[in-house]
Amino acid sequence: MRSSVVIVSFFALGVLLGYLGVIPLSLIDNDMSFYALCCLMFFVGVSLGNDSNTLKRFASLNPRLYLLPVATVVGTLLGCAIVSLLLPGRSVFDTMAIGSGFGYYSLSSIFITEYKGAELGTIALLSNIIREIITLLLAPFFVKFFGKLAPISVGGATTMDTTLPIILRFSGKEFAVVSVFHGFVLDLSVPVLVTIFCSL
Amino acid sequence: MFIAIGFMVLGGVAGFLLRKREFKHITKLIMGFIFLLLFLLGVEVGSNPQIIAGFASIGLEALVITLAAVLGSALAALLLWRHIRNSKKGVHEK
Repeated sequence: MRSSVVIVSFFALGVLLGYLGVIPLSLIDNDMSFYALCCLMFFVGVSLGNDSNTLKRFASLNPRLYLLPVATVVGTLLGCAIVSLLLPGRSVFDTMAIGSGFGYYSLSSIFITEYKGAELGTIALLSNIIREIITLLLAPFFVKFFGKLAPISVGGATTMDTTLPIILRFSGKEFAVVSVFHGFVLDLSVPVLVTIFCSL
Repeated sequence: MFIAIGFMVLGGVAGFLLRKREFKHITKLIMGFIFLLLFLLGVEVGSNPQIIAGFASIGLEALVITLAAVLGSALAALLLWRHIRNSKKGVHEK
């Protein structure tokens, strides 16, 4: 749990410094985080390729694991449908459209703003950022109480890039293939499902 | 997005070619980049007035929806995980 506390601290420090305007914004505009992500992915790749056991693990991967994207979509949409009962201002399809972002906040919020207006678009942006942050911060918690597939499901569309390293760390390197596959399928489903729920 | 995946594949090939060498500090390096990226995400959130204002007014609504989505998907993943482990071929046979 120590690394989770450190992660929260780094994020909180970033929010504070960003809010105070201490950090020059050119740091973000220069796509620095994208370069850092590429470096991160490179080293994740090195650690995967360097481990001779990884390839053996891939071969023994259960084909049923490829049902995980279906579980993620069904579980997310059911959860969103139920919670809409608690939110009188929002329809079932509003919350399901927000849930269909699966953590892919940039694309889903643009789509929802276009179809349903800025307010719901902003909720979608916040909600899907929170989903990514929850995955990054609580991955060990989900492994402990919901099994090793749970961080991948919770990660949604982000499991092929931003949340992949944290998933590999807490679920295990043998989940690399299913995690990338899962993220890929959900990435493609975001624009389709968001459009469907916004037009209902 | 695909560029990032490309870098991972590149790293995978490099790591595979150099598999006789041991990279002792790679885990620390990976955690370092995770810390950096979360810090930058924090800076982005903190420096965006719209997101900060949003957190105050409709953030709670977003949080409630997210918790429901996260809990639903975690439960679905748990069901699939149990189903796989109960079938004859598990991923973790020890």
